[in-house]
Amino acid sequence: MKRYIAKRLLLIIPMLIGISFIMFTVMHLAPGDTASIKYGMNPEVSGSARANFDKMYDLDKPVLVQYGLWVKRLISLDFGSSLIDDQAVMAKITSRLPATLLLQIISLFIIFLIAVPIGVISAVKRNSFFDRIMTIFVFIGYATPSFWLALLLILFFGFKLGWLPISGMSPWYTAYLDSFDRTKDLIAHLVLPVVATAFGSLAALSRYSRSSVIEVMNENYVLTARAKGLSSSRIVTAHILKNALLSIITIMGLSLPALISGSFIFETIFAWPGMGRLGYEAIMNYDYPVVMGVGVIATFLTLIGIFLSDIAYAFVDPRIRVGGEK
Amino acid sequence: MLNIKIRTNIFRRLLFFRKTVTFFLVLLLCLNGYCRESEEGSTDAYVFSGIADARILIPFFADDTTSSSICEFIYNGLTKIDKDLKIVPDLAESWKVEEEGLRITFYLRHDVVWHDGEPFTAGDVYFTFKKILDPGTGCPYISNYSGIKDIEIIDDHTIRFYYSQPYAPALLKFGMGIIPEHLFGKITDIRGSVYAVKPIGTGPYKFSIWKNAQYMVLAANPDYFEHMPRIKRYVYRVVPDQSVQFLELVSGDIDSMGLSPYQFLYRSNTPEFKDRIEKYRYLARSYTYIGYNLKDPLFKDKNVRRALSYAINKKEIIDAALLGLGDECTGPFFKDTVYYDDAAERYSYDMVKAALLLRQAGWSDVDNDGVLEKDGKKFVFRIVTNQGNQVREDVATIIQAQWAKIGVKVDIQVLAWSAFLDQFINKKNFQAVILGWSLPVDPDIYAVWHSDSSKEGGLNFVSYSNPEVDQLIELGRGKFDINERAKIYKRIHCLISEDVPYTFLFFPYSTIAVQKRFKGIEPAPAGIGYNFIDWYVKNDEVRYKF
Repeated sequence: MKRYIAKRLLLIIPMLIGISFIMFTVMHLAPGDTASIKYGMNPEVSGSARANFDKMYDLDKPVLVQYGLWVKRLISLDFGSSLIDDQAVMAKITSRLPATLLLQIISLFIIFLIAVPIGVISAVKRNSFFDRIMTIFVFIGYATPSFWLALLLILFFGFKLGWLPISGMSPWYTAYLDSFDRTKDLIAHLVLPVVATAFGSLAALSRYSRSSVIEVMNENYVLTARAKGLSSSRIVTAHILKNALLSIITIMGLSLPALISGSFIFETIFAWPGMGRLGYEAIMNYDYPVVMGVGVIATFLTLIGIFLSDIAYAFVDPRIRVGGEK
Repeated sequence: MLNIKIRTNIFRRLLFFRKTVTFFLVLLLCLNGYCRESEEGSTDAYVFSGIADARILIPFFADDTTSSSICEFIYNGLTKIDKDLKIVPDLAESWKVEEEGLRITFYLRHDVVWHDGEPFTAGDVYFTFKKILDPGTGCPYISNYSGIKDIEIIDDHTIRFYYSQPYAPALLKFGMGIIPEHLFGKITDIRGSVYAVKPIGTGPYKFSIWKNAQYMVLAANPDYFEHMPRIKRYVYRVVPDQSVQFLELVSGDIDSMGLSPYQFLYRSNTPEFKDRIEKYRYLARSYTYIGYNLKDPLFKDKNVRRALSYAINKKEIIDAALLGLGDECTGPFFKDTVYYDDAAERYSYDMVKAALLLRQAGWSDVDNDGVLEKDGKKFVFRIVTNQGNQVREDVATIIQAQWAKIGVKVDIQVLAWSAFLDQFINKKNFQAVILGWSLPVDPDIYAVWHSDSSKEGGLNFVSYSNPEVDQLIELGRGKFDINERAKIYKRIHCLISEDVPYTFLFFPYSTIAVQKRFKGIEPAPAGIGYNFIDWYVKNDEVRYKF
């Protein structure tokens, strides 16, 4: 098991290098460059000033050389600084990460809290009234454009009723409030983004857990359990759920990157200061170091996420554990 | 004995009475003073909102609207623009232009202190411009100051600039914010320094809080040399979605935003909007145009370009694309200034003239398919514009229909900004383009219209070249006398209008909404923000209390 973990961890390094190289070259292959986006149509900025900008940030060097310089810096964990505002990439990411984590973790928690029971009940009581209602509800959620739903939520609860704040994470005068009011404010600001983020994903996850429970229900060991005369609630909790959990863990591992990268659409609509907007703005501005920083961290976490879900498999499923030790 | 006692008693009572009266009098005076204080002092907060966050708060690095407009609250230049777009003193009390502009001396104010309490001196000015002129600093605006040959500190409050040749836009360029030497002096990386995000300036507002991608708070500077601003806090909020921004405005959580023409005309008729929010509009200092690639054989003939211009109904474009919120444009200067020539050719909509000019140029519809031909080639070309600007896309569609009426067929291509610049504009790889220019206050148009700027990557991407215009542009930037300059630029306006390298379309209106509780707003050619420190809120209408 230890060797397996070590091997898997080591494998992350070449993967990371490969992915970052592809990212770097693809980004530079796209037409356009930072200087012309920044200063392109500005009569106040001369061509020589633009060339000087390229020179200062090594943008005039061949892409391979630039990649080499980037890797060299990365070895000392220096992600460089933004071409747009010269702030350190790491500082920019750490200033945005908490907002995204807060929003995503809460909605992920809520999604699991609601979707898994819906899925299990729908599977156990297949074709019942509850199952049908949930199927309709879930497909409505699936089909609703999430940005539209977000705007409607804002319009209704934020604007018309005025119960919740329209946008933002905290009001600008938050520094003048005491910590109780500050927390209250933060929670109020969280409600709509969490609901909007959770609603769409609810559908996918509840369908997923429904089908995996159904799959498990047809297994022989469930039949055996039934034959033993176990109560159906005992069968569901002890036999079905535990086994159905496997595929849910996969989803959990795969949703780890979303925890970090956030959602550009929701962050834009709710003026949420998260990673999604940071990444998107960096791409639009050809801010290579920030794009690379966000990209590498997201890649790294995806790989870690996959790794962790594999480990979790091993814990849940003895068959995988044994296989790993061979 | 008794008598005396009684008298003392009366005396005491009298004393007590007097004390009470004095106490109340003093209290009254204090209260009165307090009331007056709060009425004339600084109250409330003004929450402005935009779609993008500021980037860097050092004036000579600021290259986006948000950063530069916030820098204006924090820093001062030597000169500034008043409400009528005239150059007036700011940190400089006065100046002298000598030797036909080769020597400019600034006499600085004595009463200016930096936000950290240090006095402002000529050393700061010297330091700022030395930094700008150092290529290692990487200031994008370096070419605006490249004419400076030498800078000399005469004394603590007098500084002199020597130019290698007269450069009239200089006075305006001296509006660049001055940064403090005592803080930046020892710093090599100015862009990455702490003062780029926590700035210290001399301006009406002091930097207070910046929450990345959320908001920035500035606090009124009680020691500001003009007077303390009457609004206590200036807040900039980032709300990236414009429709959400609008909801925030109507619900009162933001005090001001720029409106789209649609919001300005149709979304602002609800009672909750009308009761609380005032709308302002003034001509924006920018224009939209169609540019013809003069290297393209199709547009070599001046008469063809004139015909295309006559075939455009500008009013229809303004009505449809801007819902009427714009004004016709005929040349490369800002309307209502002394440089704009109202007598220049307007190319008023005239289909007959357009058809005639095209026929004279040899274009006719031989095969009756509705498209003109000449020497077997059809009059078909492609017009490009950038994605993300709905007005330009609308303009393209309208023009397509208008030109179809005279037998000119146009394809429209809308491209992402970066690809648009990289593949089409910079390489001059286009036939016609719809774009806009923002107009600086100074009329110098060297960067866009001089033939020298038509090299690859230059802004004269239509390759316009007229020796007379070149000469006049050079002459114009060397003259400090406004009347002489006016004559020169009016002539340039006429010449460019005659040559039709562009079809000038319109100046859009800036449309701004501000909550009604803000008083003292006086719209002028410079917009509404020029007297912000005099805006105020009446005591009973204050929303935010500190």
